Amino acid sequence: MNNIGKNSFDIGYMDTLAAGDSLLHRLDPRAKLITTLLFIVTVVSFDKYTLSAMTPFFIYPIVLISFGGLPYGYILKKLLIVSPFAILVGIFNPLMDREILIQLGSIGISGGWISFISIILRFVLTVTAAFILISLTGFNAVCGALIKFCVPRPFVIQLLFFYRYIFVLTDETERMVRASSFRAFNSKAIGFRVFVSLIGNLLLRTLDRSERIYRAMCCRGFDGHIRIIRSMKIGYQEIIFTFGWALLFIFLRYSNVPLKLGTLIIGVLK
Amino acid sequence: MSHHIVEAVDLHYTYPDGTVGLEGVSFHISHGESVALVGENGAGKSTLLLHLNGYLTAWQGTIQIGDYILTKKNLQAVRRCVGMVFQNPDDQLFMPTVFDDVAFGPLNLGFTQDEVERKVTEALETVGVEHLKKRPPYKLSQGEKRSVSIATVLAMSPDILVMDEPTSSLDPKSRIQLIELLKTFRHTKIIATHDLDMAMDLCERTIVLHQGKIVADGLTLKLFQDEDLLHRSSLEKPLKMQKCPVCSSSLTTHTTVLR
Amino acid sequence: MHMADALISPAVGGVMWAATAGLITYSAKKVKEEADDRKVPLMGVLGAFIFAAQMINFSIPATGSSGHLGGGMILAILLGPYAAFLVMASVLTVQALFFADGGLLALGCNIFNLGFFPCFVVYPLIYRKIIVDDLTQKKILFSSLVAAIISLQLGAFGVVLETVSSGISELPFRTFVLLMQPIHLAIGIVEGLVTAAVVSFVWKARPEIINAAEHSVPIGKIDMKKVLLGLVVAAVIAGGALSWFASSNPDGLEWAMFKTSGKEELESHETVHTSLSGIQEKTSFLPDYGFKKSEPAEAEPEADVKTSWPAIDAGTSVSGLIGGTLTLLIAVLIGLGLKRRKVKS
Repeated sequence: MNNIGKNSFDIGYMDTLAAGDSLLHRLDPRAKLITTLLFIVTVVSFDKYTLSAMTPFFIYPIVLISFGGLPYGYILKKLLIVSPFAILVGIFNPLMDREILIQLGSIGISGGWISFISIILRFVLTVTAAFILISLTGFNAVCGALIKFCVPRPFVIQLLFFYRYIFVLTDETERMVRASSFRAFNSKAIGFRVFVSLIGNLLLRTLDRSERIYRAMCCRGFDGHIRIIRSMKIGYQEIIFTFGWALLFIFLRYSNVPLKLGTLIIGVLK
Repeated sequence: MSHHIVEAVDLHYTYPDGTVGLEGVSFHISHGESVALVGENGAGKSTLLLHLNGYLTAWQGTIQIGDYILTKKNLQAVRRCVGMVFQNPDDQLFMPTVFDDVAFGPLNLGFTQDEVERKVTEALETVGVEHLKKRPPYKLSQGEKRSVSIATVLAMSPDILVMDEPTSSLDPKSRIQLIELLKTFRHTKIIATHDLDMAMDLCERTIVLHQGKIVADGLTLKLFQDEDLLHRSSLEKPLKMQKCPVCSSSLTTHTTVLR
Repeated sequence: MHMADALISPAVGGVMWAATAGLITYSAKKVKEEADDRKVPLMGVLGAFIFAAQMINFSIPATGSSGHLGGGMILAILLGPYAAFLVMASVLTVQALFFADGGLLALGCNIFNLGFFPCFVVYPLIYRKIIVDDLTQKKILFSSLVAAIISLQLGAFGVVLETVSSGISELPFRTFVLLMQPIHLAIGIVEGLVTAAVVSFVWKARPEIINAAEHSVPIGKIDMKKVLLGLVVAAVIAGGALSWFASSNPDGLEWAMFKTSGKEELESHETVHTSLSGIQEKTSFLPDYGFKKSEPAEAEPEADVKTSWPAIDAGTSVSGLIGGTLTLLIAVLIGLGLKRRKVKS
């Protein structure tokens, strides 16, 4: 209930970050979108017992966050907030998979724990990549990229309109909830009936609002087509960025650099 | 670009649920006039405004905008002439960025990309918010939203500007800025408002609506002095014309001290 | 429940994305054909409405827990299946991007589980069949309950199938099903009650809205066969393409490897590959689930699998751990270094 205000502030904050001005910000959104998708697919393609091979992939978020001037603290905080979900999802693994895979002296680490940590690593990497994409590009620009990638227009238009009105609706909802909570005696969650009446009223107001928006659209000559101008350019920077990262991802994926590093060190120590 | 008159002849309109909206409304507004439309809530102001660009169609009577008598066929042409600014900017700013919103109208009218960009820049500069071009609407203040709403309509180069409660929910400074801005517009202006002080500042003529009928149509200053009329139409004198509470109270205290 | 990136394999994720992409394209086409101008703003604000409404928790009477609104059915009732599907997809997309609800790879699954079933299966086949002509309070309640329960059961089962076929989570199929289905039965009942209550609310306050929605939605035009056929085709293509890519045929991958990094890597890759197939063997809970990936692996006898693990001897795994920790440290140091450099300049 109290999340409403925080959530919309959160989204708005990411938009603010996206308005920053760094080399990365100025890159065409299409390049950033493709790179992010490549990253996620590569990370997720590791098998479930992968641990060390995944670690070099942290270089991507770290470099992007640094060069983009994004706040570490904020991203870490967001990660922490969503991490219980990942833990919940992976916690069964150590319980089910007890076979010892690695023996460190007298301590045996079971496959379950390895896959659990692997899940956590995977989660951190992919989630951070998505946050970074939005924080460096902005939702509207990402949608612009989607249109250029021939994602069906009605869907992208829907994304844009929906996004535009998130803040209006969450504001309205927050006000209604707050007003009702002043008259409620149970501060935890709203009662069922109050909820239904709240949602019902909100829905009616939303329908009215839709009618008013439609009216405004008609008054400005709306004919069923939404036209958007976006000037986007792919330059050599975008090509270097995308291909550079792609090559690195492929390299890291198929050559276990940490393994080599570790072997090297052990060799030296011996 | 000549005589952009707005003429209504005997308009009648009833809502789908049976409520009477307008009853026998007739008026003639000449090119360049500034007319305030006042009346209590439910008097029919918004209903009347919505007829002026064909969003609502009267059951009886005609509307003439410039050279056109309003029909279903010339709606697009009329909407190019009549720019309407609504009360709630959030209903009017529905695109991802300010630029997109202001470009919406011209794009629908079929201008090329270059022309659209030119028009958008002009409109934004006129209302003084060119620097907000890339902002999403939710990051604007009420005053800024109001300005952008006006820009969205200006970009279509209308001849007639129709506004519904433009100063509502504006803070005092934004309100003054808006009034100053509107004073510079040469368009024909029809402004529905509760802000009678603004009506005095901006509009030399006022039409008073009451229960769907026009009960008065004349010089603003004259109408606002007619206390009987104001009372019948559930209105009050503009604050400017009322007794100043500070001055009147100091007079009495002064008198007391003197005694 | 949402699917998560952490639990999904690229193959499953890819297949579901292909299915979802097909559905989005199809729905978009249908919405365009409907050419209902009013829907443009309506879809947008209803999406925002669902998004906002989902953030409110309400206490479920007689239990100690709280619930929240899913919304798929309400959308389908107000918008019709195609528009409702697009709206659900948009809500889930924003949730995935901003709140990491699931993740981008699993987004395809989530849109499918939470969008396809309510909009394209339950709404036309169940809800509309019950509400034939006139609306009554009873009909609303009954149809909402049945619709919600079934769509959530289907959605939950979808999650189970996707998770198990990805093979990353250790949870066995049976346990997972026994966990998911009953929970979602309860959630379905709550969702049904809420949907019924909200629809009734709107219906009593403004009956014309619900009535208009009922009549304007051209249900007869949904060609279910076409939808299903399209899905099957998309799934087959995607599944085939992906299984070639992650092909058990080592030549394909090795060739790509050789081209990009040189001979040395081939050796480490072999180990990766054998362990991959070993794991697939281990995780084939359902013998009739044929993973195309592991076709040659199925030929390997069980004994091989058991011996391949000790082949990754302690030495290698320790080096791996050391190397991994070191890499992380290096990454953090780089990050700090970059930060300091930025501050200086």
